[in-house]
Amino acid sequence: MMKKKDWILIIVVLCVAACAYLFHYLLRDTGKGEVIVEVNGKLTGTYSLNEDQEITINQGSNILEIKNGKANMIEADCPDQLCVHQRAVSANHENIICLPNRVVVEIRSKAESQIDAVTN
Amino acid sequence: MRHFDIFYSILQHFTGKKREELLEVRAAYFGVFTALALIFSYVESLIPFHIGIAGVKLGLANLIIVIALYKMNVKSAYLLSVTRVVLSGFIFGNLFGILYSLAGALTSLTVMALMKKNQGFSVIGVSVAGGVFHNIGQLIIAMLVVENVRIAYYLPVLLIAGLVTGLIIGITANEMLKRLVNLPVPCETAGRP
Repeated sequence: MMKKKDWILIIVVLCVAACAYLFHYLLRDTGKGEVIVEVNGKLTGTYSLNEDQEITINQGSNILEIKNGKANMIEADCPDQLCVHQRAVSANHENIICLPNRVVVEIRSKAESQIDAVTN
Repeated sequence: MRHFDIFYSILQHFTGKKREELLEVRAAYFGVFTALALIFSYVESLIPFHIGIAGVKLGLANLIIVIALYKMNVKSAYLLSVTRVVLSGFIFGNLFGILYSLAGALTSLTVMALMKKNQGFSVIGVSVAGGVFHNIGQLIIAMLVVENVRIAYYLPVLLIAGLVTGLIIGITANEMLKRLVNLPVPCETAGRP
């Protein structure tokens, strides 16, 4: 049923996924940081993860909740609601993205902010 | 190929038409494939499949695309794929959905067509590559749209998701192709599984 090259393909995909995960894991910082909100690729706000608050993004198209050091999208006006179903984020570089509204919410730890400024 | 020849000789006997003139039969098959792909898109939209990861879904309609790739030719599979995405986008989704689906579907189909030419891969391997590259294509479009390269953070998740869904679709397509040997789709370059 399955040929030798099929198995090679599956192993290659698994290896690439493992490498990409490892790369991300090594760069990860679990300390509390900032929440960065971007709309259309432009920075619209920076908020602290330490303060519990609700943020209205993009004139109310999305509502982000920061609670217990985690950021969670609680409301979106798009039909698919993928960003709302996604779990809360807290670690560095974790993000919530609402593609229809072009909203990016990303966690950033202060320690790595300079590197991010370069890659941005 | 014997089944094709018997089918054609019977059709020629009754219709008096040559093999090249049986375009309408091909059109009928294309219609059935399009309808099936749309039904599969609909069935998928009914299944709530949120596992905490944004955008991961099974891609049931890809099963029909894989079958079409093996039973018809590459050109028909492309036409079917674009028709399917545009129609299901208008019926079940929105314009953004069409853009992302098209990016995924075309990347996936291009890779699958190239892999099928290479004799070393079975339907399952072709389908796995299709699933993985579907997600890679969508990730690239997502990067361009939100102008943020850092969402490559999703890459491992999307690779594994594409692998698993590609495997499921591939195994199903393999079983279906085994049972569809006698399906005589009139097409010059129809492949055999």
